[in-house]
Amino acid sequence: MTVSGDLKQLYYSETLAHNSMTTTHTSVCCGFCGLLCDDLTLEEQGGVLQVTAAGCARASSAFARVSGATDAQRSPRIKGHPTDLPTAIAAAAKILAGSQLPLFAGLGTDIHGMRGLMDLADHCGAVLDHMNATAKFRNILTVQGYGWVTTTFSEVRNRADLIVVMGSDVASRFPRFYERLVWPAEALFVPDLSQRKIVSVGTAQTAAAQSPEGVTPHHIPCGNADLPDVLAALRARFNGQGLAVTEVAGVPVSALDELAQQIREAQYAVLVWVAPDLDFPQAELTTQMIAGLLGDINQKTRAAGLPLGGNDGDFSADAVLIWQSGFPFRTSLASGKPDYNPHLYDTEGLLERDEADALLWVSSLDSRDARPETKVPTVVLADAGMPVDDDVAVWIPVATPGVDCEGHLFRGDKILALPLRAVIDTGLPTIKVVAQGILKQLESA
Amino acid sequence: MLIKLSGARVFDPTQNWNGEVRDIFMRDGRMVAEPEPGARIDETYSLPGRVIMAGAIDMHTHIGGGKVNIARMMLPEDHRRDLVERGEHTRSGCGCAAPSTLTAGYRYAEMGYTACFEPAMLPVNARQAHLEMGDTPMVDKGAYAMLGSDDFFLRMMVAQEDQRAINDYVAFTLNAAQAMAIKVVNPGGISAFKFNQRSLDLDESHVHYQGVTPRKVVLALARALEELSVPHPLHIHGCNLGVPGNVETTLDTIAASEGFPIHLTHIQFHSYGTEGPRKFSSGAARIAEAINNNPHVTADVGQILFNQTVTASGDSMAQHRNAHHGSPRKSVVMDIECDAGCGVVPFRYRDKNFVNALQWAIGLEIFLLTNDPWRIFLTTDHPNGAPFTSYPHLIRLLMDKPFRDEMFARIDPDAAALSTLGSITREYTLAEIAIMTRAAPARILGLQDCGRLGPGASADIVVYRDDANREDMFTKPEYVFKGGVRVVKDGKIQQVTWGNVHVVKPEYDRAIEKRVSAYYDRYQTISLNSLRVRDDEIPLLSNGAELRVHTCARHRGKP
Ligand code: SF4
Ligand SMILES: [Zn+2]
Repeated sequence: MTVSGDLKQLYYSETLAHNSMTTTHTSVCCGFCGLLCDDLTLEEQGGVLQVTAAGCARASSAFARVSGATDAQRSPRIKGHPTDLPTAIAAAAKILAGSQLPLFAGLGTDIHGMRGLMDLADHCGAVLDHMNATAKFRNILTVQGYGWVTTTFSEVRNRADLIVVMGSDVASRFPRFYERLVWPAEALFVPDLSQRKIVSVGTAQTAAAQSPEGVTPHHIPCGNADLPDVLAALRARFNGQGLAVTEVAGVPVSALDELAQQIREAQYAVLVWVAPDLDFPQAELTTQMIAGLLGDINQKTRAAGLPLGGNDGDFSADAVLIWQSGFPFRTSLASGKPDYNPHLYDTEGLLERDEADALLWVSSLDSRDARPETKVPTVVLADAGMPVDDDVAVWIPVATPGVDCEGHLFRGDKILALPLRAVIDTGLPTIKVVAQGILKQLESA
Repeated sequence: MLIKLSGARVFDPTQNWNGEVRDIFMRDGRMVAEPEPGARIDETYSLPGRVIMAGAIDMHTHIGGGKVNIARMMLPEDHRRDLVERGEHTRSGCGCAAPSTLTAGYRYAEMGYTACFEPAMLPVNARQAHLEMGDTPMVDKGAYAMLGSDDFFLRMMVAQEDQRAINDYVAFTLNAAQAMAIKVVNPGGISAFKFNQRSLDLDESHVHYQGVTPRKVVLALARALEELSVPHPLHIHGCNLGVPGNVETTLDTIAASEGFPIHLTHIQFHSYGTEGPRKFSSGAARIAEAINNNPHVTADVGQILFNQTVTASGDSMAQHRNAHHGSPRKSVVMDIECDAGCGVVPFRYRDKNFVNALQWAIGLEIFLLTNDPWRIFLTTDHPNGAPFTSYPHLIRLLMDKPFRDEMFARIDPDAAALSTLGSITREYTLAEIAIMTRAAPARILGLQDCGRLGPGASADIVVYRDDANREDMFTKPEYVFKGGVRVVKDGKIQQVTWGNVHVVKPEYDRAIEKRVSAYYDRYQTISLNSLRVRDDEIPLLSNGAELRVHTCARHRGKP
């Protein structure tokens, strides 16, 4: 049976200036990273979108790439041969019908796309995994084991007087993080923003992190793989425990003492990390250490974590999967009941062990082609900006939420689901429509 | 299509139907009066020996929104106790303390519930609440928007703004979040926690918003809802949740409302005294007396029952304070958008634990000592006191004195010694259960067409076998009709429906939007347009559900 109601064309376009050549769209929400900036201005010329105000380099190239796709890129293909949508949907259904264990992976989609995919996955008994899941489990396992204290964007923007970034150049994944959250014109509870302190441990911050006065963040250099040790030492020093050494992984203990003191004195310290950048064995030890440190700090003063995410729709797909099944990614519906196993149901493993025998790969947001190597029959649902792969069994270009279809995405702090509108109309189907089409074929078969 | 249900004992307190045998009729999803003799009846159910009531209404159940999904994510071990297989009509999912949305909807319907209200929707998180409620099938739904720890409101309080401006802001919030009512949680306290205040008593000032006290917050909001004629009065989760001695705070909160109608939620958690050897005692008698003597006050109980569950609350201050009681020991606490907060702590209530045992007894004492079933509501504050699936057990505790005594004999003896429960002889009647789970919640929410069976009402009907074991009876109705569709037979889903979204939309001076919009542009990280949940988004968020807008006019006073 089907959970989801019909997708309707809901979003009006806020169109300011209009002439035969150029249309201007204001207050556009951008879905190309977890910040979901809702202040962009786009100019449309011949259906192609250009960011003209707010935005960032990533947004500029993504809007241009997706809106500027050629007709050929917008055509469904079966083994490289252009076809129509119903034929492609029928071919996709045939692949899923013939599969013992289909794998739905990538899952770069919005909330409504994921709802459609869940209906289909329940019917097919599919496994669900996301292209960012390996990184996300560095956080998920910590929440499931320990929990933590976290915060959201407007709290960071208005309340944080100390921001400690661990192991990441934040702006490389969230381009306007510093502009929008750290160095706004004013903040509610930090009267003098020039007093806001930024410290980065591990990876250094790039120029985007500089304050308007030109102050660069204080940097405590170390290799990211040493973060578990460095943070353990920081936590020990924060709690007043002695250490037998004077430096940890090249970091002088005195530097950690200084940071511990800053944390103690902060009105609201925010610890920021980006899970994909903690890319080393047992990275979850780092997030556990951060969670533990947050627990210690909050005994007496206030602090909170900001585990940034939301890129490639990861929070959106995850949220729907959790509320509909109870479990995060790497959940199998093969037995008819949800079966969650982060160690068993990962994309690479299922394909390497020849367990999955069909792949439905979904990436509709920013043309990211993170597909695994595989020989199993594959259906790709991709945004029109993605380079077409003619070796794939069924290739179905789909609309991108926030460009050529409406949708909702969860922001990088998980608290807000923001509406994205169809800025242009390309006639491409949404993922939900395609998933419903495939499901209909399977149900009538 | 005219359907007749014949020969059952029918309970509808709004019609003064108290279990007499009578025939009832529905046509095209609505209840209708008995047709003229000779009218063609398309289908007749012969139901001798059965009991019929309207569909039940859960007026306080955490079924959707950020903290509920955090609870789900945190508890894979709990879900594994009850994995649910996909069926002919139903999707797979899981049950227990933090059920999947789909399973929650099926199970509510299987127990005869046809409407559920999520009581703690953060305005900034409103879309998520509507999305999750949207994926909760079978039942009608609605949500209460949280105010009282949001920076915009607290600044209004500091500036001692005119009540009319506060009313406008409250009405704007109800509209923008697509809400049914307003809830205040630990008034001002969620905000105070962000400024490192660890408790906030009724007359204590917020450290940052100087002079703003919970008392003032409660009064301003209670008054706003009254002046806006919003049917449901201010829904209050008071200060000092779980703190021994908070019975005084609760009594003072009643006084603080200055006669404006208020609803005190999960009052069990706010009814603790400090007497006895362990400085923890029952305040139930005083609370029940206060409810009895204050007709402007209603309450739901938030009964605890002995089992594994999870507490999910907007009260980040209390949840952080109680996190070390968690079992399994893990917790998530969140500060949210200068707007609100939340905290999730798994919890296992044990009958041999003194505190838990007394909490259990206190809840039951409140149920049994409060005289007027129109003003006390059956809730476990799902999942905070227990999962909603334990309602039939709770109903039996209320209706069956020998069974209650048997359970009472099992609890920690030191707790039992401090409780009057054993000496209370009252047993709830079926008519009273019909009031507290149907007619009264419909009245307190202003739902014109739910909770009753009279002509014009939605044909939400439950047919029970009249089993002397009331737990069995209420666990598995024989039939449930939702909007005239037979959705459940013998306690199993026959057809899946999706329910409507209930909201109120009080009028207000639109000038407030300019102010809020300017504030959002200046300080927040989205624009007001991104915050506001538009009417035309609801079908997409809520799976095709329709908005049911209720008029803002008072429906108080007994029928
Ligand atoms: S920072 Fe992210 S959301 Fe904002 S404009 Fe750039 S890509 Fe879009
Ligand atoms: Zn509650």
